[in-house]
Amino acid sequence: MNKRTSISEKVIPILIKLSGYSAIIFVLLILIFLLTQGLPSLRSVPLSSLLSQRWYPIEDYFGLLPLLMGSLIVTIGAAIIAVPIGVGTAIYLSEISPRSVREIVKPFIEVMAGVPSVVLGFIGIVVLASLLRRALNLPTGLTALAGSLLLGIIAIPTIVSVAEDALDAVPRSYRDAALALGATRWQTIWKVTLPAAKSGVLTGIMLGIGRAFGETMTVMMVTGNAPLMPRGLSAFFAPTRTMTATIAAEMGEVATGSTHYQVLFLIAIVLFMISLIVNITASLFVFRQRKRSERILS
Amino acid sequence: MHRKVFLAAVLFIILLSGCGGGSETSENAPSSSATTVIQNKGSDTMVNLALAWAEAYQKVKPQVSISVTGGGSGTGIAALANNTVDIANASRKIKPEEIEQIKSKGVDPIEFIVARDAIAVVINPNNPVNELTLQQVSDIYSGKYTNWSEVGGEDRPIVRLSRETNSGTHVYFLEQVVRLGDKENKTLFSPDTLLLPSSEGITAEVRDNPNAIGYDGLGYVTDEVKVVAIAADPGGEYVYPSAESVNNQTYPIARDLYMYSAGIPSPIEKAYLEWIMSPPAQEIVTQLGFVPLIIEP
Repeated sequence: MNKRTSISEKVIPILIKLSGYSAIIFVLLILIFLLTQGLPSLRSVPLSSLLSQRWYPIEDYFGLLPLLMGSLIVTIGAAIIAVPIGVGTAIYLSEISPRSVREIVKPFIEVMAGVPSVVLGFIGIVVLASLLRRALNLPTGLTALAGSLLLGIIAIPTIVSVAEDALDAVPRSYRDAALALGATRWQTIWKVTLPAAKSGVLTGIMLGIGRAFGETMTVMMVTGNAPLMPRGLSAFFAPTRTMTATIAAEMGEVATGSTHYQVLFLIAIVLFMISLIVNITASLFVFRQRKRSERILS
Repeated sequence: MHRKVFLAAVLFIILLSGCGGGSETSENAPSSSATTVIQNKGSDTMVNLALAWAEAYQKVKPQVSISVTGGGSGTGIAALANNTVDIANASRKIKPEEIEQIKSKGVDPIEFIVARDAIAVVINPNNPVNELTLQQVSDIYSGKYTNWSEVGGEDRPIVRLSRETNSGTHVYFLEQVVRLGDKENKTLFSPDTLLLPSSEGITAEVRDNPNAIGYDGLGYVTDEVKVVAIAADPGGEYVYPSAESVNNQTYPIARDLYMYSAGIPSPIEKAYLEWIMSPPAQEIVTQLGFVPLIIEP
């Protein structure tokens, strides 16, 4: 019995350590795989072709710019929709709403997070596209805007739950102090609570935007997938093609190792790099914030 | 201890019953009744047809079960090259580079024409246009015409819908309609052509949007959209797609549907392919809105 305990005492920490490191191992393996599959495309396709404005891979047009811009436009649209609503909901839930309302709203937000993206896409095709076309008098409703609206819905629950946790963690004494100094409720929220929870709220926003950026099924179904180069703000009301939808739509068809296959992996590398940058930016914010609060506390 | 045994038995029974439900399509059930499974994958255009054939064949030869999946012609041929399927369905002819890829595994792809199909050009029922020449359809899709008034319709923008590039229908339409069958012609789809991942997506948008024009296999056309009559040449006769107009070659946008095997098909696969070309199987082709092969008596 004693011996068995001592073995498990040794084995279990190793297993826990391994699972701790597994995240690093997985990310590295994914990165290595992407690089080995994708980088050869830089040799077989000239850079001028990759930076051109036409994506039509079955005739060897490999311009990535329309896809990159498509992903950015749809994500920016989603952020414009999701950030105010998400942060607003978090503030309402944490600072304003009575407990009973909160108990009702929170489960709904969790359900919202659980709606499969293909279901949202289906609603988008059948209802939203037609609605947008009629309301805005567009040639077609399958546009970047439709994608942004649905991605906004997908990003909101992430933003709300992370931001709400951060706001909740702000000590009660902060709010009491602000109110005691004569600040109004709004001044307390805007000048005290929100800045104190800034790092958590920003993390929530970044996670939400990352969720929208990586989403595939919904955008593939509602954005029309036309690889158009955006020209100004009208791009929101035109069809667009994102990087994720391109990989999803074309990966099944390509012959392993062909140029098209390598370029699709190059797109995956670009996606990976962008989400890496988003994450690093987010953690920089969190880092700086912590240092400052430590300074204040010491 | 007894309890553990009991639990294990329950689990085992659950697992078994789970297997039983899926055994018609599952590939690892040959031991029980010597069922042979043919893996069949490819063209989305043909997936309903292939499923109907597989179901009907179950009654002819219960010991052979056929598992059918879609994904697109290119997907099916890629799977054939990777040796994950036995028969690939394709709504276009195999490409030279795909032949090379299969040959590199040491076998030749073998082609079987299993049915024919017309590609219908569809518009919204509220669009007053009824007929177009092949040249007009080409000019619409290449982006030369951008307003319906240029082809005799209302003053509305044209919204072009197409299947994704992995679809055999897309490739066929590019070669035979947009490029009018001219191999030297390098015209492309207009970049603002919407690429939709499914036939359903095209039907949904055409049904809803009076600006839209789309195309799809005749078997997928529903009553909610309007089929356009097509003339091969300006001034020629406008013809609606049908089994008759495909077989007497008056409808210009018609193609063969193929099945490919890697190397000479096994006796079981061969029997299936022979059955497909028999009258009862070709009867199913007609029922699903495709065009049957003309079988010489």
